Amino acid sequence: MISLETLQEKLKGAYEGLQLVDNRGMLECEIPADKNLDIVSYLHKELGFQFLTDITAVHYPEAQGRELCIVTHLHNLVENTRLRLKAYVPVAQPDTHSLTSVFSGANWMERETYDFFGINFIGHPDLRRILNVDEMDYFPMRKEYQMEDPTRLDKDDAMFGR
Amino acid sequence: MVEKQHQHIKLAENSIEKETTTINLGPTHPATHGIFQNIMEIDGERVLKTEMTVGYIHRAFEKIAERRPYSQVTTLTDRLNYCSAPINNMGWHMTVEKLVGLELPPRVDYLRVIVMELARIADHLICNSVIGVDTGALTPFTYVFQWRERIYDIFESICGSRLTTNMGRIGGFERNFTDETWKKIHDFMDTFPAVLKEFESLLTRNRIFMDRCIGAGPISAERALNWSFTGPNLRASGVDYDVRVAQPYSRYNEFDFKIPVGTTGDTYDRYLVRNIEMWESFSIIQQALEKLKGLDASVFHADAPEFYLPEKVDVYSKMEALIYHFKIVMGETDLPPGEVYHAVEGGNGELGYYLVSDGGRTPYRLHFRRPCFIYYQAFNEMVAGGLFSDAVVTLSSINVIAGELDA
Repeated sequence: MISLETLQEKLKGAYEGLQLVDNRGMLECEIPADKNLDIVSYLHKELGFQFLTDITAVHYPEAQGRELCIVTHLHNLVENTRLRLKAYVPVAQPDTHSLTSVFSGANWMERETYDFFGINFIGHPDLRRILNVDEMDYFPMRKEYQMEDPTRLDKDDAMFGR
Repeated sequence: MVEKQHQHIKLAENSIEKETTTINLGPTHPATHGIFQNIMEIDGERVLKTEMTVGYIHRAFEKIAERRPYSQVTTLTDRLNYCSAPINNMGWHMTVEKLVGLELPPRVDYLRVIVMELARIADHLICNSVIGVDTGALTPFTYVFQWRERIYDIFESICGSRLTTNMGRIGGFERNFTDETWKKIHDFMDTFPAVLKEFESLLTRNRIFMDRCIGAGPISAERALNWSFTGPNLRASGVDYDVRVAQPYSRYNEFDFKIPVGTTGDTYDRYLVRNIEMWESFSIIQQALEKLKGLDASVFHADAPEFYLPEKVDVYSKMEALIYHFKIVMGETDLPPGEVYHAVEGGNGELGYYLVSDGGRTPYRLHFRRPCFIYYQAFNEMVAGGLFSDAVVTLSSINVIAGELDA
């Protein structure tokens, strides 16, 4: 395991202002969305985070200007350390860089994230929908699209405070 | 006799014909073993390029999960890798337990280990015997399927269903293993080694099988890591990454087992890795049965009344039991806010759950890291330049399960 202090020290040397925290046993770091490729390349080449576990996103509609959070999980297999990177982007302009130049496996993960959240991965070789139909013109995992049909009257959730 | 020189096809200018052939392998082709499409560009017997299309059985599980109480998400996880559903169920329970901070008694963990390793054996049995089917050997498949049925019989007597199990609850199991379950498990343990040995003697050193599998769809360790491979497919190329060892859960650190690795990452290595893993799973179950001796046989769940349906007799006679019963049935149990990532070693690799809770009764966001979805994108790189028949055995040996592909 790389300790939080060691990694924080090494990250500070390369990029100013990155703050590592320990979130329930997982190292976590917020990064600027326009620097994600540089930071991930640095982690990949210099710090041994050679395995990309997952890319996904979360939608927080209340957070003005940082509605969409792109969550990337990296794994250093030699030191057995996981790292979670979070990059916030506004829903009006959800741009970030694609990690496909570092990790081939990022291809479909980013397509899936684009498909469901509309994150625009700049530099992706083939940013198309993957699980939904090509004709779809919205991003269904955003919170404004409700699961249930809001016009239904037979399912009144108000009683349960939902 | 002078062999006729191979003639290149000369196409007329502006011809709509091409020199190569485009064929569709899938969505409903017997070689895909699931619903996904490969649009292949072939030149004679050589595959030039494959384009994979997925999403045919996308069921929006991540969206559905945002409206479901935590206990009801389990049924969604069944339908990811439906060949080893109990591993998915247990992985989900462990994720929620991690969020809540619940400690389980040792016996519950050992019971889970038994169930998960049985599921792994069932998963690998299907995959390996289907490689046999695709190379023309149907007998091993029909033979080992009986023992897969016996594993499903065990699941049935534990939880009542066979394929989509919905097994266990947050904090343990819904009921204790019965004497009949134990009898079935012991019967299975007594008979299975002979079956697996015979299965191996039918395929492993079979000349036709070896010729078809060796060198088909290889991938180097470096490329496999770069494509985020996990599970048997990664280990076949020589990387000894196994979640059970790297980040032990459910007391796997107390067990003694080996992680088999291959060298070339071809179909034959994947077959061998899965076969050895079945032996290791068998040994893990034996160890778990040994560890269970001397533990209180009445313990089958943690003391977590807010997740665990109380006994009916208590519901009718005790106040707290009635309240918990109502809250669980109506799905009104709030979880603490926070976010966790928990991974288990599924049949196909690292099955991860990224759960974000805002403190409500349902997940705020739940993402499944599905190993199939991630490694299937490398299929083009694995088969391009090889023979078409190699592509078919590669497809069955990487064990793409459509349910896990699409979520």
